Amino acid sequence: MITISKLLMIFSAIILLSLMFVPIWNIDLNAPQYPEGIGLRIWISEITGKNEFDLHNINKLNHYIGMKTIEPDDIPELKIMPYIVWGLIILGLISALIKKRTFVLSWIIILLIILSIGLYDFYMWEYDYGHDLDKHAPIKVPGMVYQPPLIGTKQLLNMETTSSPAAGSYLIGLSMLLAVTSYYISGKEK
Amino acid sequence: MKIKIIFALAITVFSSAILYNCSQSNNLGSDDAAKKVYVAPGDKDEFYAFMSGGFSGHVSVYGLPSGRLFKVINVFAQSPETGYGYSEESKGMLQTSLGFIPWDDAHHPELSQTDGVPDGRWLFINANNTPRIARLNLSSFETEEIIEIPNSGGNHGSPFVTENTEYCVASTRFSVPIPNRDVEISSYKENFKGSISFIKVDPKSGKLNLAFQILVPGFNYDLAHAGKGPSKDWCFFTSYNSEQANSLLEINASQNDKDFVAAINWKAAEKFVAEGKGKSMPAEYFSNYFDEEKQQSVSNKKTSVIVLNPKDCPGLIYYLPTPKSPHGVDVDPSGEYIVAGGKLATVIPVHSFSKMIAAIDKKDFIGNIDGIPIIKYESVIAGEVQDPGLGPLHTEFDGKGYAYTSAFISSEIVKWKLGTWEVVDRIPTYYSIGHLMIPGGDSKNPWGKYVIALNKITKDRYLPTGPELTQSAQLIDITGDKMKLLLDFPTIGEPHYAQAIPAEILIKNNKRIYELEKNKNSNAVLSEKNARVERKGKDVHVYMTATRSHFKPDNIEGIKVGDNVYFHITNLEQDWDIPHGFAVKGLRNSELLIMPGQTKTILWKPEQVGIFPFYCSDFCSALHQEMSGYARVSQTSSNVALKFN
Repeated sequence: MITISKLLMIFSAIILLSLMFVPIWNIDLNAPQYPEGIGLRIWISEITGKNEFDLHNINKLNHYIGMKTIEPDDIPELKIMPYIVWGLIILGLISALIKKRTFVLSWIIILLIILSIGLYDFYMWEYDYGHDLDKHAPIKVPGMVYQPPLIGTKQLLNMETTSSPAAGSYLIGLSMLLAVTSYYISGKEK
Repeated sequence: MKIKIIFALAITVFSSAILYNCSQSNNLGSDDAAKKVYVAPGDKDEFYAFMSGGFSGHVSVYGLPSGRLFKVINVFAQSPETGYGYSEESKGMLQTSLGFIPWDDAHHPELSQTDGVPDGRWLFINANNTPRIARLNLSSFETEEIIEIPNSGGNHGSPFVTENTEYCVASTRFSVPIPNRDVEISSYKENFKGSISFIKVDPKSGKLNLAFQILVPGFNYDLAHAGKGPSKDWCFFTSYNSEQANSLLEINASQNDKDFVAAINWKAAEKFVAEGKGKSMPAEYFSNYFDEEKQQSVSNKKTSVIVLNPKDCPGLIYYLPTPKSPHGVDVDPSGEYIVAGGKLATVIPVHSFSKMIAAIDKKDFIGNIDGIPIIKYESVIAGEVQDPGLGPLHTEFDGKGYAYTSAFISSEIVKWKLGTWEVVDRIPTYYSIGHLMIPGGDSKNPWGKYVIALNKITKDRYLPTGPELTQSAQLIDITGDKMKLLLDFPTIGEPHYAQAIPAEILIKNNKRIYELEKNKNSNAVLSEKNARVERKGKDVHVYMTATRSHFKPDNIEGIKVGDNVYFHITNLEQDWDIPHGFAVKGLRNSELLIMPGQTKTILWKPEQVGIFPFYCSDFCSALHQEMSGYARVSQTSSNVALKFN
């Protein structure tokens, strides 16, 4: 019999499918020369521009400060992450169908661990792009590093840089909420 | 006593000065006018206006109501600023049967129309001197096609479009022997002919194709407009010099009381062509097209044209007698009234389309010329506007039942009512107005908010600039009962005619960049990795990239005196408003201005040995000054190897 808790857990897993279709993180840049804004969208499997040619243009701008070119093909995480998400979906469905509550709990813990690793990894990439600068760069400002914030806004030379979760992150949050609710309800259903 | 007189004189002078100033400021409009034309910083204009650049051969793009100039589109004239007509890719656009003609006299911009309303796809403009019609793309604001008109002595009555842009028309201002040949000029009446051309516009691509020409008596065909609504199958052309004079035309072509408006049924013409009534005649002309993907012009030489003779085609063409050397011919939004500007006439004659059809049915003719029936004036005239000002030339419509006619000699715009033919208002122009323009004012749906006076003479209106003064446009509010002058602004060249369209129609299709992925130019380099220099005999090809803020390669050695050095430069940017320039010291061609994603080629023939710097001539970025390089030129006999980095 399908209980509400099971149904919630199934939804929780299926919601993660949406990560194939929406980005998880935004980095938005504002500068006098870009009245319409320019930005990056980070997906589980790729990095794209907010507008069609933004990635191309951001790389062009970044070369002045000696930042490495952002080449999505060279970032291994973007190749691994889709498998991890599929894994989570399958594990989530299994824990929905198996009667033991602890499976749901373990799934929540695994998700939390993966999220923490993901955020840390993202931070390290930002750190690397922001600090590992070409020493021959045309623009060198003593003491200046160009690491965007993890969440929030920071002025980097002429660029007001805002980093924030995108729709994908909110959907992960919803998935988590449903899983926790499922775990809570399943305790009462007994 | 003396003191009193001087005192009185002083008061008189002083008070007249005040009065003069008052009348001046009334003339110039009030604060209210300033508000109406003020477009605040960062705000955008309501209309795009396209003005002919006259003898500059270009088209200028203005905003209304501010009168601000945004762009000059290169059409019939070379432009060393952009490289248009100099670059290897664009040179072909100016090719004609008379060779490379890098200038012209542009007159009448005409927006493409759908159902009689400007649709914002293309702008057409005629070259008056070496007969041509250009088609401009209103997404890129660039010239996309130029077609030459054969059998024409001067393409003035052009390039007006039919209701759904089926055709652009072209009538010859100067009659010439057809085909052109060596004859005595005094044999005019016997040997000289006029031609009226119909250029088919492909509804999808806009490509132009000379469908057929109609051979007409040797008058001077001046202007044209297509019918609309009930008259949509017809086009109307004015003519003067029905005297067929060939010398001192100002006297000899002004003798007849009436000349003619030629009414041509283009649907019937299509039928006659389909029936094989047309004769194929040898005629050399060029059709030049700019392929946007290849960024390359393609010139095709054509060798024949289909010609219809009115004698073989009854019902094709009629003459409507029209007073005194008519200039403009304009059809009102309903398509019923055909207004002719008899420039030496004391009235504005308005013909009726329905009366014309009735007269044709009744064969109400007073004669014929070379097989063209002449309809009786009284049978076709709808009314005459009395006291319309001196030298009436052109008429536009506001869509609210009024017509606005420019009067060159009395330098004014005269507003009159369709149907009653009474003059209701007039406003002076400064000075000597030629055309006038209401946004959509020659269409079925005028946006009747402003009329623009396009003036030939400015005299004291602006700060003086020596003997040569600017021509001007004047923006006049026509929303009230009284016309009200709002703004004067200078124009590029002589702004013969103009067209305007609501900005939002064009903005949504505006092109921002050329996509590198779609760049099919055979000399494009889409990545710095492929930048290189190759020698093929005396030709040196530099396949160069430009991006913020460097060229690749930027050091080139092994060029020799006598080489043909082709710089093929691709702008690798994909960001709006980041063009790069390219300039070489002593380049006897032109500089280049290359838009994002575009490839342009310029030929350099070095004649001296030495080191020649090149650099970006458009301030592109913070390190624009560093965007430069060197070309080394060696003796013809030297053995310096080709080298680049």
